[in-house]
Amino acid sequence: MRNPDRPVEVEVVERVEETPTIYTLHLRFTDPEVAEAYRSLPGQYNMLYLFGVGEIPISIVSDPDHDGPVEHTIRSVGRVTRGMERLKVGDRMGLRGPYGRGWPLQQADGRDVVIVTGGLGCAPVVSMIRYVLQRRERFGRLVIMQGVKHTDDLIWRRQYERWQQMPNTQVLLAADVGGPNWPYSVGKVTVLFNQAGIDPDRSIVMLCGPEIMMKASIDRLLALKVPPDSIWLSIERNMQCGIGHCGHCQVGPYFVCQDGPVFHYPELRPWLGVTGF
Amino acid sequence: MDSHRGLPLIGMEPSAFFLPRESLDALFDAIRGQGYARVLGPMERNGAITYTAITAASELPRGLRDRQGPGHYRLEPGSGERCFSWANGPQALKPLTFAPRETLWRCALDDSGRLTFLDTDAVPERTAVIGVRACDLAAMRIQEQHFLKPPHPDAHFAARRERLFLVAVHCSHPADTCFCASTGDGPRAETGHDLAMSELDYGFILTAGTDRGQAVLAELRLAPAAPDDRAQADAEIEKAARAQTRGLPSRDLKEALYARLEHPHWDQVGRRCLSCGNCTAVCPTCFCHAEMDEPALAGDSSEHLRQWDSCFTAVHSYMGHFLVREETRLRYRQWLTHKLASWHEQYGRSGCVGCGRCIAWCPVGIDITAEVSALLESGDAQS
Repeated sequence: MRNPDRPVEVEVVERVEETPTIYTLHLRFTDPEVAEAYRSLPGQYNMLYLFGVGEIPISIVSDPDHDGPVEHTIRSVGRVTRGMERLKVGDRMGLRGPYGRGWPLQQADGRDVVIVTGGLGCAPVVSMIRYVLQRRERFGRLVIMQGVKHTDDLIWRRQYERWQQMPNTQVLLAADVGGPNWPYSVGKVTVLFNQAGIDPDRSIVMLCGPEIMMKASIDRLLALKVPPDSIWLSIERNMQCGIGHCGHCQVGPYFVCQDGPVFHYPELRPWLGVTGF
Repeated sequence: MDSHRGLPLIGMEPSAFFLPRESLDALFDAIRGQGYARVLGPMERNGAITYTAITAASELPRGLRDRQGPGHYRLEPGSGERCFSWANGPQALKPLTFAPRETLWRCALDDSGRLTFLDTDAVPERTAVIGVRACDLAAMRIQEQHFLKPPHPDAHFAARRERLFLVAVHCSHPADTCFCASTGDGPRAETGHDLAMSELDYGFILTAGTDRGQAVLAELRLAPAAPDDRAQADAEIEKAARAQTRGLPSRDLKEALYARLEHPHWDQVGRRCLSCGNCTAVCPTCFCHAEMDEPALAGDSSEHLRQWDSCFTAVHSYMGHFLVREETRLRYRQWLTHKLASWHEQYGRSGCVGCGRCIAWCPVGIDITAEVSALLESGDAQS
């Protein structure tokens, strides 16, 4: 029986150790026709398959128009990701996708793009940041705000430093707990909002991170007169199929795997922060 | 994929025919003659009515009656010739289209480490089911909406559905747990069947729902049903609707339930619920499933499977470092608000067809209709 939703083979062509538990895999489609046809959008994800172990949804961090390998940054937390950690260059795995709704590129056109992330992972916005930087003239300011618990949790420190050098781009970092080599702010990510000088009428805001942090950020943004309509967020749920069938990621009227993972804040407002959904 | 499925007969009042009771085997033969070698019918097995392979009408549960209540299901011998004087057992049509466990694809590993992804070569057997109830037809339409919606229609579900021939029997003997009249899904089978039957003491009234059903009827060369018989059959269906004592207060409870997400009754029901998942297993519309891999011992291939899952399990909401729904009350609220509220936004109707199985098969007798009443009774109090 023909199953259109089965993976295709990819090869690991590069492996970057970001921290002892976070790694980035660069994956090349072994079938050139598949590579040619593959298209994704910033904020979408792929289902990655480790032979004999299982599948997991992982954000795509590479620029969608970049012709090279598809990049995925993965944290070892479960059975599949801990197994994938051991993959080496030349090893094969499976990939199906891309799936889900990505960031609102059309709505972002011509506006200041304000990115707020928290916790360890800003992977779902990296592709968006790269997208903006590749098409710098099409957008206004790019403001990147990242909050972490401990200074050691910050991955991609060099990447942030590089982004800071880009034209019309502001990078603001905060750690709950500072340290001797931490030149940035101390506190929650929301302490950065005053420094960011957000223009509420020109900005589109994209959030990603723990929901409690996104909720606190949204409250702060609304206080700064950012309209709810200008706020978008990427959320996470257990996703096993990626195509709206398996039911695990259902939140209210949505299946996060298909209707998200990026949502317009007004759509998600009734469900955000309600324990159990 | 070539279509095996019958085309619905639309816009015409189907002609009704009479099948004498002693000719029931001829109906089975005619269905087999249409290419459905596997015929399933209601049979008593392990103390419950289940759809099992059947070869002759004599195997049908003649005279058998059921008694159902919260946490209760018993079969009882009865009198008379009738074979369909019972309400549904635990098993719906669901396992016939959405298999409890099946392989979605396979992956083969060669000596050089290359992976090949393969479709399964299983082709489901063409199967006829005798004695399908209206609630289960309604549930199947919902599952069709879920599994076959674009852009990712499920090939496995589609292949099974295409190869099903469904003979509905309008309900004349609802159980105490039934409430299909309040959800609008029964007791009369309206659509989704190939053939529909009403059982009378001395025979059956048959109507076709699809061209395939019509082909079976044509082969049987039956006499038209007498007006008196038709009137009696209709009266029995109406009586079955009136006999139902349970019900949901409205077909759309979305706003009412969304307004009560923090209602204290969730705690109350959460203390009784065992979180066992029986309700989701017997529910004909529940579609949650887990995906998993089963590598071969030789290490050179692995099957990617799906298996029924339940929102009452802990891992259903597993997120790596936490569970979205740790507490039972949150799982019960998830199930009920999805089924009766969010479902409207996702599928344009409630996810409950009033079959009552979740009531009968709940080991502690939790009754969805009573829980809804308790939630609605105290206004929209939030705490």
